[in-house]
Amino acid sequence: MLELNGVTAGYGAFTALWDVSLRVAAGEAVAVVGPNGAGKTTLLRVISGLIAPRGGRVTFEGTELGGRPAYDVVAHGIAHVPEGRRLFPLLTVAENLKMGAFLPSARAHFRESLERVYALFPVLAERQTQRAGSLSGGEQQMLAVGRALMSRPKLILLDEPSMGLAPVMVLRLFDLISRVREGGFTILIVEQNVRQVLKLVDRAYLLEVGRIKMEGRAAELAEQDFVRQAYVGL
Amino acid sequence: MLDPIFLLEAVVNGILLGGVLALLALGLNLIFGVIDIVWIAYVDLVALCMYAVYFLVTLYAWPLWLAGLVSIGMGALLGVLVHLLIITPILTSPPINQLLATGGLLFFVQSFATLLWSTDHRSVRVAMPTLEVGGIFISFTRLLAFALAILAMVALYLFLTRTYTGTAIRAVSQDREAIALMGARPQRLYLVTSAVGGAMAGVAGALLIIQYAVHPYFGSAFGPLTFMICVLGGLGNMVGAFFAAFIMAQIISVGGVIVSTEMGYVIAFVVFIVLMFVRPGGIFARRA
Amino acid sequence: MTPLRAAGLLALVALAVVPVLPLGSAQEYIWHVVIQIFLWSFVGNAWSLMGRFGLVSLGHGAFLGVGAYATVLLWNAYGLTPWIGAPLAVALTVVLALVVGYPCSRFQVVGHYFALVTLAVGEVVRLLIVAERDWTGGSLGVTFQTTGTTSAGWSLQFSDKRVFYYVGLAAWLFGLWVWWRVDRSMARSAMEAIGEDETAAASVGIRVARFKMAITALSAALTALGGALLALYLAYANPDTMAGIGVSLRIVFAVVLGGMYSLLGPFVGTALTIALGEYLRIYFGIKLIGMAETIYGLLLIVFIIFLPAGIYGSLAQAFRRRRAPPSRDVPARA
Repeated sequence: MLELNGVTAGYGAFTALWDVSLRVAAGEAVAVVGPNGAGKTTLLRVISGLIAPRGGRVTFEGTELGGRPAYDVVAHGIAHVPEGRRLFPLLTVAENLKMGAFLPSARAHFRESLERVYALFPVLAERQTQRAGSLSGGEQQMLAVGRALMSRPKLILLDEPSMGLAPVMVLRLFDLISRVREGGFTILIVEQNVRQVLKLVDRAYLLEVGRIKMEGRAAELAEQDFVRQAYVGL
Repeated sequence: MLDPIFLLEAVVNGILLGGVLALLALGLNLIFGVIDIVWIAYVDLVALCMYAVYFLVTLYAWPLWLAGLVSIGMGALLGVLVHLLIITPILTSPPINQLLATGGLLFFVQSFATLLWSTDHRSVRVAMPTLEVGGIFISFTRLLAFALAILAMVALYLFLTRTYTGTAIRAVSQDREAIALMGARPQRLYLVTSAVGGAMAGVAGALLIIQYAVHPYFGSAFGPLTFMICVLGGLGNMVGAFFAAFIMAQIISVGGVIVSTEMGYVIAFVVFIVLMFVRPGGIFARRA
Repeated sequence: MTPLRAAGLLALVALAVVPVLPLGSAQEYIWHVVIQIFLWSFVGNAWSLMGRFGLVSLGHGAFLGVGAYATVLLWNAYGLTPWIGAPLAVALTVVLALVVGYPCSRFQVVGHYFALVTLAVGEVVRLLIVAERDWTGGSLGVTFQTTGTTSAGWSLQFSDKRVFYYVGLAAWLFGLWVWWRVDRSMARSAMEAIGEDETAAASVGIRVARFKMAITALSAALTALGGALLALYLAYANPDTMAGIGVSLRIVFAVVLGGMYSLLGPFVGTALTIALGEYLRIYFGIKLIGMAETIYGLLLIVFIIFLPAGIYGSLAQAFRRRRAPPSRDVPARA
């Protein structure tokens, strides 16, 4: 479904990704793990169109997406839940979700999508009229994911969803993400919390200093030095 | 001692004035709140719309309501033009350059108006009755302008809260990247904002020409007051500007009756300066 | 002696000598334009003392106006010689600056808010002048009253423009000197630190409020002096040309156009805008009133959009780039 081939990208004179190649098949859940500063966030920003790659190709369902602006990428079916959630703090929960469905194709199924999101995250239904900025960390993360779901994507990019959350909350969150996955969405998740995320996904890549160092099935990798490496890298 | 009747009349007139000032301030605030640029020439654009209504009504005998609609459309068009031609090139310039770009527009509009229409003061005389309520006289023109201003503001409120585009405009001022991730184009949202802000100027123009005379320097006369209202309410804060407009209007109206018209403005401006020191972020500043 | 210094001295000598050169029948006009350039550059330099440190004032017309009107009114009403009247006007302006500047500094009124507060102050002054028309002459302005018997030295009114040429030149050079001294002083470093991060500056012991007020007072004082000199030269003051948003914007324009961060930037900008204004006015004459200003406004917009560093600044940048070619892209860190 998603394919990156030799992608190189960076900011100004600084290159964050070197010749990165990876694949995500439809229906899969794939993780990209690695230490701080490895380039994981840059990777997702390249895919969602917030940054243009300097080299290589980004292909989604056969369409070349590299270099296209974000609003175009989301129209092709990729939703990005950014690092730090990036909710609209002064808008209510309901309004945030409404914005998630900005695309004409999403608006047509607004009611349906909204019900599904409220079914997955009942606490959001309770807090519909509350300002997003006043929610707790866990609730904000749920809203961010829910907002992404509103655009009716095929692929969801999650950037460090566990960041800043209490361990109990993290467990709940990953549980919810697996339920989202069961709903038929393909997931690409970037995380520092290696142990937890490997229980959730099918495959994983290790990204270190802008390069893919390792890849494999989650079950195998969890056994390995891989895990230790990622932690030591931290 | 001043007859309380005159005072009451001044208060009522202050409320009526406040409505129109609020309309002026909201348009400016909308643009600033979203795009983060102060259109120094905003009220000069209002003046251009005033001229349009004036000419349509006096030269071509158009009905006022129709001229008003044209004014709104023209305002929206001016908003779009200003955004495309002047604002877009300077979006990343330092703030002082941004201020000067719209300041240059002020010079341009004022001198262009002088060139085309001389410095004569022009107003649209509307034959409307004066109402008498409980001993005070209220000009129906002012009442109508007030009512229409309130209507326009309600329409703006509904637009910003009930429509996708309106909510997106509020969103883009909070997080530009995030709204792009939802499929909205920030540049397009800015354009719509400028058009809406311009349309508000058009409404204000139509409502002002029936109360005040227009001349090329109208923007310098009402402009500073409009900026002060925006700052007083907290730049970008729509609700704040709404209330600030009425506060300033009251001071101007009552002060105008107690001392003199000009001193009314002076007192209002001095109060503004004092209030800025008491609450530098505006009296309704949000603790952001 | 460096070539730059030599050029500077040469320019100075040339300027000093201009009034004695035979310039033909247009000489009075030329002196008139040059005097305006000197005095308005002086005002521009004064403004840039605040502007370059982020204190963007859109209300310098207030200081200009108080300086001008106080000088003229003290003479008209009390026969007070401008030798005393002007310094008094300057002192009054400094008081105004401190009254407004103190709360601004103390309550951290910065950025857009500061610009708009100063705009309000400028308008207050203009409105007051217009409102108190009985003794200020209102919108019609006020003339510096002289009778045939008034001594030129006492009233600083001279029939020979060349006197004011040298006065203007002296003022301008004085302004440059002050700018240069500030540039080299501790105040400059302190203000730059304040401009970048007030809290950080305060945390290392910089007395933020004090510096801000000092710069504001200095800028106001010089502007007021400029206003007084302009009023004396023109023997006339008018609320629209000496106070209010119009003149405030013009000052800022000239400085930013020329280049706000350089010594001669304000001079370059002022000289160009005045020359342009005069040229357009001559070209269009009284045929099309407003056409000159229209083109002026249009050009200002174009310049601001396309020359963000100002003319002087852009030239300086281009010059620097010529001498040091750009280094290749730094190879990325791993």
